[in-house]
Amino acid sequence: MSASLTMFLLFIALTLGITYWASKRSAGASGYFAAGRQIKGWQNGVAVAGDYMSAASFLGIAGIIAFQGYDGFMFSVGWLVAYLTVLLVIAEPLRNAGKYTMADVLAYRMRPRPVRAMAALSTLTVSTFYMIAQMVGAGSLVALLLKGSGIGYNHAVIGVGLLMIIYVVFGGMLATTWVQIIKAILLMSGTLFLSILVMSHFHFSFAAFFGAIGHVTYHDKGQLVVKDFLEPGLRYKPPYGALDLISLGFALIFGTAGLPHILVRFYTVPDARTARHSVVWAMALIGSFYIMTTFLGFGAATIVGRDFISTHGGNNMSAPLLAQALAGDVFFAFICAIAFATILAVVAGLTISASTSFAHDFWTNVIHHGRERQAGEEVLVARISAFVVGAVAIAIAIVLGPTANVAFLVALAFAVAASANLPVIVLSIFWRRFNTTGAVAGLAVGLATSIGLILVGPSLMGIDPPTVTGAAGHLIQSKPWFPLENPGIVSIPLGFLGAFLGAILSREPSSSHKFNELLVRSNTGLGAEKAASH
Amino acid sequence: MPEILKPDLTDRSAWDRVAESQPFKDLMAIKRIFIIPACLFFVVYYFLLPILVGYAPRLMAMKVWGNVNLAYLFALSQFFMAWMIAGLYVRAGDNFDRISKDIIDKVSDLDFTGDQ
Repeated sequence: MSASLTMFLLFIALTLGITYWASKRSAGASGYFAAGRQIKGWQNGVAVAGDYMSAASFLGIAGIIAFQGYDGFMFSVGWLVAYLTVLLVIAEPLRNAGKYTMADVLAYRMRPRPVRAMAALSTLTVSTFYMIAQMVGAGSLVALLLKGSGIGYNHAVIGVGLLMIIYVVFGGMLATTWVQIIKAILLMSGTLFLSILVMSHFHFSFAAFFGAIGHVTYHDKGQLVVKDFLEPGLRYKPPYGALDLISLGFALIFGTAGLPHILVRFYTVPDARTARHSVVWAMALIGSFYIMTTFLGFGAATIVGRDFISTHGGNNMSAPLLAQALAGDVFFAFICAIAFATILAVVAGLTISASTSFAHDFWTNVIHHGRERQAGEEVLVARISAFVVGAVAIAIAIVLGPTANVAFLVALAFAVAASANLPVIVLSIFWRRFNTTGAVAGLAVGLATSIGLILVGPSLMGIDPPTVTGAAGHLIQSKPWFPLENPGIVSIPLGFLGAFLGAILSREPSSSHKFNELLVRSNTGLGAEKAASH
Repeated sequence: MPEILKPDLTDRSAWDRVAESQPFKDLMAIKRIFIIPACLFFVVYYFLLPILVGYAPRLMAMKVWGNVNLAYLFALSQFFMAWMIAGLYVRAGDNFDRISKDIIDKVSDLDFTGDQ
């Protein structure tokens, strides 16, 4: 049995133990959906970091920097700065005025059924897209990491899917939280150790390290090239590169604060003050991690090299291959196990936010007008929908297969979150004149434009060379109609515009009358959901 | 009897009375004084990075220390900018909490049961 497999099994055993422990403790709806609102500030901060830093940000970012240098580091910057929006605008009002989902805050002053139905649709869209991207990534990654052990892509997808279903169905938010905390601690320590190894390779001389980044050599179409990887422009090239970079910035800065699986984390703490402190904890960890992507990405570019990575699994393997080059097979196995833990913690977070939204927003509030027909029904529906969401994600990931081009799904999730969710949350909290029509219009326009622009953008439309076939290529073989990979710069203003026009073109006095209630609740915490007593 | 709790003969709800009370207006004012400038500052500072990297790549490729260029240093400075604003906000937040607590202490929960 390989070292990687042993470490995978250790992690699985530990998390299953936690799930068993959590299943004994998460009684009642607030226990299941919000871990009894008893998570401490630092714990929630670490869990937010574990919920947020996906395979895309660990393996993906190291790969993008290793292959395209500085432009990859732009993702790192946006992923941290985005938390200022969460901290200054979203976290505290959400904790003060909501119960389990973001729709709780929207539904306060509006007609709850249409608003909740649209919010649930948007939440399920974001979570499902994001989850499919993670599952396909997980499948190909685990198959690659465990090569030779007989575990293939399909086994890996089913395994990851089953584990996330078990965590969420049996352990609820409490188990999910602890899986995320353990993952974050593993990820931070692995990354720190790897960074120290990179610097020791350069005898702890920053001058030598950055000097080496100045002349990275690799083969491009058979030609040997030497490039300064600290110079911008390797990924985002003219004519639309600059605009795409700004549009990416929009999606990251405004999308993070609209990601449902991040928002639900703020319901797990006792009050708004703790929510604020937990964002700061998360920012400390997330920021340190993304600064260290300098060492991971540029280290892989200079020490391992693009040519070697290309022939040994591709750019996603940059970080594990760097670990192997610097400290041998056991450390390689450890980094692989961290990547695995990373994916599991994120998909568990996505599953619980999707199933909470379905059970709480759609089932209880839209279909049954806000009443549980019998005690415990909402939790039961959530458990069943977690199972269904997981099964659907497994099936789609298997149908798409390991070579599917899914990177755009992450961009899509951020774009929908930024264009549909964020405008409506912000206007609900801050604009007295906002109303039901505005909220529904904002969600619908944001959702439709971000999906539409990605469908006709370069991620899905393009002409492939004959060597690229099947799911790896572009879905539509034609020149893209919309030139940007990231639609945010267009779809976010359109989302706001839709919400604004919907509101001013309709009248709903009751929504303005109830604005004071939401204003007082969200700013003072008066009447906020309390933590369960011990 | 505190001002917020005075009996009210209009059709305004208890929430309206809190929203129109002086302590609440003070709370909103000191929040605004911090949050609006902080948001404007971080949005401008952040978007300067992709704008300069995208439209002034020559300037950003300027070497500052050894091989380290302006683009990397500006990107790195974003992390410290974010941490600094977060730190300042936590300090300001203690003040918000104090005023919120005053407001909550002055109204009894009983007043609000009918509105929930």
